[in-house]
Amino acid sequence: MEMLSGGDMLIRALHDEGVELIFGYPGGAALHIYDAIFNQDKVEHILVRHEQAATHAADGYARATGKPGVVLVTSGPGATNAITGIATAYMDSIPMVVISGQVTRDAIGSDAFQETDMVGVSRPVVKHSFMAQKAEDIPSIVKKAFHIATTGRPGPVVIDIPKDVTEPSEQYPYEYPETLKIRSYIPPQKGHTGQIKKAVEVLLSAKKPIIYAGGGVIQGEGSEEVTRLARSLGYPITNTLMGLGCYPATDKQFLGMLGMHGTYEANMAMHEADVILAVGARFDDRVTNSDVSKFCPNATILHIDIDPASISKTVTAHVPIVGPVKAVLKEMNEQIKASSTKVDKEALKTWWEKIDHWRERKCLEVAAEGETIKPQHVIQALYEVTNGDAYITSDVGQHQMFAAQHYHFDKPRRWINSGGLGTMGFGLPAAMGVQLAYPDATVACVTGEGSIQMCIQELATCKQCALPVKIVNLNNEALGMVKQWQDMQYGGRHSQSTYADSLPDFIRLAEAYGHEGVRIEKLSELKDKLAEAFAKKDKLVFIDVAVDQSEHVYPMAIKGGAMSEMFLSKTERT
Amino acid sequence: MRRIVSVLLENEPGALSRVVGLFSQRNYNINSLTVAPTDDETLSRLTLTTVGDDRKIEQIVKHLNKIVDVVKLVDLTEGSHVERELMLIKVKVSGAQRAEVMRLTEIFRGEIVDVTPTIYIVQMTGTSDKLDAFIAALEGTTILEVARTGVSGISRAEKTLSL
Repeated sequence: MEMLSGGDMLIRALHDEGVELIFGYPGGAALHIYDAIFNQDKVEHILVRHEQAATHAADGYARATGKPGVVLVTSGPGATNAITGIATAYMDSIPMVVISGQVTRDAIGSDAFQETDMVGVSRPVVKHSFMAQKAEDIPSIVKKAFHIATTGRPGPVVIDIPKDVTEPSEQYPYEYPETLKIRSYIPPQKGHTGQIKKAVEVLLSAKKPIIYAGGGVIQGEGSEEVTRLARSLGYPITNTLMGLGCYPATDKQFLGMLGMHGTYEANMAMHEADVILAVGARFDDRVTNSDVSKFCPNATILHIDIDPASISKTVTAHVPIVGPVKAVLKEMNEQIKASSTKVDKEALKTWWEKIDHWRERKCLEVAAEGETIKPQHVIQALYEVTNGDAYITSDVGQHQMFAAQHYHFDKPRRWINSGGLGTMGFGLPAAMGVQLAYPDATVACVTGEGSIQMCIQELATCKQCALPVKIVNLNNEALGMVKQWQDMQYGGRHSQSTYADSLPDFIRLAEAYGHEGVRIEKLSELKDKLAEAFAKKDKLVFIDVAVDQSEHVYPMAIKGGAMSEMFLSKTERT
Repeated sequence: MRRIVSVLLENEPGALSRVVGLFSQRNYNINSLTVAPTDDETLSRLTLTTVGDDRKIEQIVKHLNKIVDVVKLVDLTEGSHVERELMLIKVKVSGAQRAEVMRLTEIFRGEIVDVTPTIYIVQMTGTSDKLDAFIAALEGTTILEVARTGVSGISRAEKTLSL
């Protein structure tokens, strides 16, 4: 058997697991591992400029490809810097394996230089964690970590490795396990047929049905099945922020996003529905609004989720189905075909008429005001320029909501954003991960001048790796979403949400990092300049767009209300 | 409502902290907690008592089940079960009190396990209610120290929590 050191074993095990790319940043406790990386050419390492960015880049890679993202950081600050990105992945159920260096075994607990209890610090935001106590354990730990990260409800897994466990001079026999069994971890493989049957009956007898599909459909590769289901039934479908793209947004059965900034028609249809089929969605407070008792009062709720703890957590499911969405939907589609109950076409027609009436409100429409660029215009132009076929990452704030509302995603894994944790600084590193996964694809990071500054240092990584990401900066010279809330709920007192005098010149900043920049200030030049920037296929272009500073995101749910209660503009409410 | 949940847990480092962490993270209460290895040395059995309505207990059980180290668990209060807690209680006793505490201990079927001219240590097992009742019965006596193990329990009859 081949003899390898702990450090070599780790990298070899990653290769044997099929890992091609890892994102990381070296430091003392990880140096043996970094030497092992130097001595091989199978696993490529991307050097970021901050550990948080390593986790977001791995996360973006995972969201775009469905493969687990892999991160390597050192102990102490390297590990703690990674926490935000781990938490981001945890909240959105993204498969990720994070390897952290640790001080030597004999130094653990002695408050050694760069020592942090990584297993402890990360515990609330990981699916599971390991500490490698012996080099011989590394292959089986890696195998288990990837298995746990990628199966069931996916999530991040941490492997903490003390430096002496990776000592180059100590070698052990290496073999990567082909199979594994963890007796305490057996994710469900299929749904309960009886429950599925019950759900199908309710679904087919519905008069005012709606399908509410979330990020679980994308993570669980269920897009095709959910599309088949919706089409065969002719039912309306809405997506959560995380589910966008799991059903083609340009299809007429699609009602747009639901929830806090969802469309009027989606929220009204939810509120009035008599049957809601929730798939891979978790009734998040950004969907249900704060008072759950007012949520969809007439609906029988059918809920499919791989995680039993997501079912009946906030909203009671009348027919719960625990299982992988793909397998459950497949069985559902088969049962629908075979069922003697048929869709009530008359009732459905009446239902659609009602929905079309809500649609006529055109809740997302924005009027042009001279040369002022509304943020919505930018996303609309971006959609046109990229033919609706780009990978769009976003940061967090108004720009994120505008992108979700106005870029119509027809395919899964194209919309990449931090929905659960809402992490500013996510967009640029995530775009790097996507671009590395798909070097020829158009990748745009929709951001704001607030968010982009939280991971701006990654412009250097983009330079080093020649990543032609397009950064679309909706620059309103303020923390837009904070300001919007302050306008609406705090009497317009803009506490700490403006900084216009101290904003950098983003064009010169991009140039300082060796990239190009373009500033757009007039509506009439928006589309052309955007197209020009996107035509530069091999360049990162920082597109700084001066947008209307007073714009709010609408619709917006009214706090404590039902789903049907929304502000539709600054002066209108339902 | 008070619940007793028994958990079979991988006897691995960090496993206990994951269980305890879940409770603080999700704002659930733990009233008592007891844990020790079982006859199978790869497994620990952890028993905890908590308070909550059915919905909350359902969530606790589901989240406990999600912890990778948790092999199996049971809500003992769902069925008929035996529960016991052990208490060691140190009381200051002199004069007539010595006979009185000894009598009380006998009534409660406890044992005096250590004696000095001024001190008794009483050992008592039973349900938590019984231990509470004993403490209440000691009113007027100076209690110096109370050490309780927390509840351990097991289902009655054929039902078992095992692999």
